[in-house]
Amino acid sequence: MSDVAVEAVGVSKRFRLYHERNQSLKAAFMRGRRAKFDEFWALRDVDLTIPTGKTFGLIGHNGSGKSTMLKCLAGILVPDHGRTQVNGKVSALLELGAGFHPELSGRDNVYLNGSILGMSRKQIDRQFDEIVDFAGLETFIDSPVKNYSSGMYVRLGFSVAINVDPEILMVDEVLAVGDESFQRKCMEKFADFRAEGRTVVIVSHALGTMRSMCDEVAWLDHGKLKGVGRPEDLVDEYVGASHEDRVVEEAPAAEEGAGHSRWGSGEVRLTGAEVLSGGQSTTKVSTGDDVVVRLHWEAAAPVVEPVFGIALHTLEGVHVTGPNTRDAEVRTGTLHGTGHLDLHVSRLMLTPGTYDLTAAVFDRSVVHAFDHREKVLRFHVIPGTPRDHYGVMSLGGSWDLRSESPPSTR
Amino acid sequence: MRVTLASRELLGNLVMRELRGKYKGTSLGWFWSLLNPLASTLIFSVVFGAILRVTPTVGAGGVQNYTLFLLCALLPWNYFSGVVNGGMGSLLGNANLIKKTSFPRELLVLATTASLFVTFLIEMAVLAVALLVFGVNPLIWLVPTLLLMVVLAVFATGLGLMLAVANVYFRDSAHFVAIGLQVLFYATPVIYPITLVSDVSPDSLVARLHIDSLYFANPLVHYVEAFRDLLYEHQVPSLSTILVILLSAAASICVGWTVFNRFSGRLAEEL
Repeated sequence: MSDVAVEAVGVSKRFRLYHERNQSLKAAFMRGRRAKFDEFWALRDVDLTIPTGKTFGLIGHNGSGKSTMLKCLAGILVPDHGRTQVNGKVSALLELGAGFHPELSGRDNVYLNGSILGMSRKQIDRQFDEIVDFAGLETFIDSPVKNYSSGMYVRLGFSVAINVDPEILMVDEVLAVGDESFQRKCMEKFADFRAEGRTVVIVSHALGTMRSMCDEVAWLDHGKLKGVGRPEDLVDEYVGASHEDRVVEEAPAAEEGAGHSRWGSGEVRLTGAEVLSGGQSTTKVSTGDDVVVRLHWEAAAPVVEPVFGIALHTLEGVHVTGPNTRDAEVRTGTLHGTGHLDLHVSRLMLTPGTYDLTAAVFDRSVVHAFDHREKVLRFHVIPGTPRDHYGVMSLGGSWDLRSESPPSTR
Repeated sequence: MRVTLASRELLGNLVMRELRGKYKGTSLGWFWSLLNPLASTLIFSVVFGAILRVTPTVGAGGVQNYTLFLLCALLPWNYFSGVVNGGMGSLLGNANLIKKTSFPRELLVLATTASLFVTFLIEMAVLAVALLVFGVNPLIWLVPTLLLMVVLAVFATGLGLMLAVANVYFRDSAHFVAIGLQVLFYATPVIYPITLVSDVSPDSLVARLHIDSLYFANPLVHYVEAFRDLLYEHQVPSLSTILVILLSAAASICVGWTVFNRFSGRLAEEL
């Protein structure tokens, strides 16, 4: 077997965007040709070399051309320029159970689907039990697949595809099927694949999975290849860049805090909130940075011992933390006029992502709100040090490995 | 070679899918594949045989039976129109398969040809038995008939391949073809003997408009006549008929295959 499993040289793919897709002869005669269309390059001059035995990931935002690339590699689409070469038997998992006939039994569909994916009858005979066992459908295998639940359907589809015994497996965003235990089985199967030295090409948005599974990733952006490299580096760079894009888009709305709820009696008002890094107001900080969260206040009449607090939420709504001056036993005294309050965080231990800051000021009993501003500021954390990316926070610990005793030589 | 072998198995499985899936869930099941031609035979026999009283030609052994005369041509015709229609719809009907998996696309059209051929074989076997019952022993003519059936399959597949891609690019091809097949049915001597067309007097309207020469340009006329020659009249078709049949089958499959391969690369995005 050669060292290169999949090679793409100067691959370009053009799609037609029809203004009014009128696939009728009448329309063709009236206009003298087929419907009008704009051309759009889904891929532009992409070179890729995927070495044999590696797990290779394709990342990029929606519409970056990564699925198109995979389809070109799998031979479903034919590139307009350039060429692709695949050395070895390919199985492509673009949709699970594609080609299942609803009226036929699970058994018949296994044979049908297996042969579409390139298995011989003997091969399917040999692996039939394993396929059914893997899908966990022993009791249902002779009933028509139209009676299957959607979970059973994709499990059978996945099970056939994974047992095709390909030298190169191409997967498009189909890893997240079935329940927890089925997913674990899938992951084990992928691990086996890697251990057996097979080549896997994956397209996914699950960056965490990509980072842990892939040996190498390629980053596509608007149909162009932006880089190829180690997943640790490239995934971070990609995450950083996609946040940068969003900061530009969302900054105005986030700064004003428009549309988010605000309540309170107004004896003390919060006039603004900002995140400072190196003395500069910013909406983008790195993990591990020294930052200051600053709340600006204003009190028209003297207020005794108000309590300030903030809350951080992820975009999914997870409440990350909620420090306040009362818990910290900070005495605020009597406030009158205007001023600001700083929360100094010497090491920001949030993992990369986007966070919403809620700020509030209460009376000394923390029952009555003077001013509560929901999601007053949105900021982004990009990869820094430590490089953790799972969960919402880093422990910032350091690893230390030692051997306790030499291996016994008996 | 390995690829061809693998595709042959896939073709077999696709054929099985068509055959098994077609009547699945119906209570009569496979019986439907015989009931349909039976119904049309009955209708044509009553309307043209009994009411309009079309006189069939005299067949081998002096048999003159409209129903047998009709069936010898109707079954091949049914197969032809089935392959053209089915082949044409095979790509659209399997759009999901084409968009999500990679395999030789022509197999979908070929699977239609092959699965309908199975029904065709059964129908022809029933016809052979019927001929036997009516005292026309067709046994030695079955081998050339089988060959002719294969040539017809090739001819129809060529058209099916062409129309399959045409239908992807222009969805109303299917409707044009439906009308075309209807015209073709009456322009082929299925329900009436060909002598009614070939023996027209030279000063009739048909002859003056040269409709007769146009009529014989239709290759299906020759296929149907050849089937009737072999099964009903037990005679070897004329050399010109054989030549037209072979040439038209060769031309159809060559053009069909070329057109299909020319356009099949972009199927996944056009569907």
